[in-house]
Amino acid sequence: MAIEVRIPTILRTHTGGNKTVEGSGSTLGALIDDLDSKHSGLKDRLVTEEGKLHRFVNVYVNDEDVRFTGALDTEVKDGDSVTILPAVAGGC
Amino acid sequence: MLRIDRATYDAIVAHARKDHPDEACGVVAGPEGTERPERFVPMLNAARSPTFYEFDSADLLALYREMDDRDEWPVVVYHSHTATEAYPSRTDIGYASGPAADPRTHYVLVSTRHHGPGTGLSGDDVEFRSYRIVDGEVSEEEVEIVESYLFGHSPTTVVYD
Repeated sequence: MAIEVRIPTILRTHTGGNKTVEGSGSTLGALIDDLDSKHSGLKDRLVTEEGKLHRFVNVYVNDEDVRFTGALDTEVKDGDSVTILPAVAGGC
Repeated sequence: MLRIDRATYDAIVAHARKDHPDEACGVVAGPEGTERPERFVPMLNAARSPTFYEFDSADLLALYREMDDRDEWPVVVYHSHTATEAYPSRTDIGYASGPAADPRTHYVLVSTRHHGPGTGLSGDDVEFRSYRIVDGEVSEEEVEIVESYLFGHSPTTVVYD
């Protein structure tokens, strides 16, 4: 078992074109580190230099937006499904 | 260039007018790998604001799952400006240049502002403009309105609602 991660189109350049990849870790942050070791460059796209999740990206564990569950500290486990999406917002 | 059918164009404008003075937003999905905006999907502006729009995060997830099931992508992402011109703001450009944003997206801006002298428009004329936004660079593109996409298809493939 592993954690399935769905990758948005533009970030598939890091995953050899794959729409879903698998990884492991006990938190979202650890999972992203694990993914980055196999898919180089992915972490830089998702996590800022300050070590925070990029604010223009939405990440969900199963159906929960991680903004409400502890961001990178959100706990994950085998069998979970993680989805990464571009945030859609703006203003005048 | 953005090629969009009349009915979808009208639906975007109607949504913008209906939600005025709040900003309206939504997408027009199309088959993955094409540039055809075919399925109009109005979204709720979770910010319910005249100066900001935001897809609710649960709605966003549901939308992407649905598009994924239908093998679609959001060809057009539209929103309205209700007091300013139909040009991407700094906030718009920031989000559109985000690390997961698809650079193929056509960003449609509709302005529902009331026109005084100087804009070349009058009363509640609506501005409808389209842009590509890549790495912070905005380029406006031509909008061509076609009467229907059906004309380009073989009649045997046409599905009437």
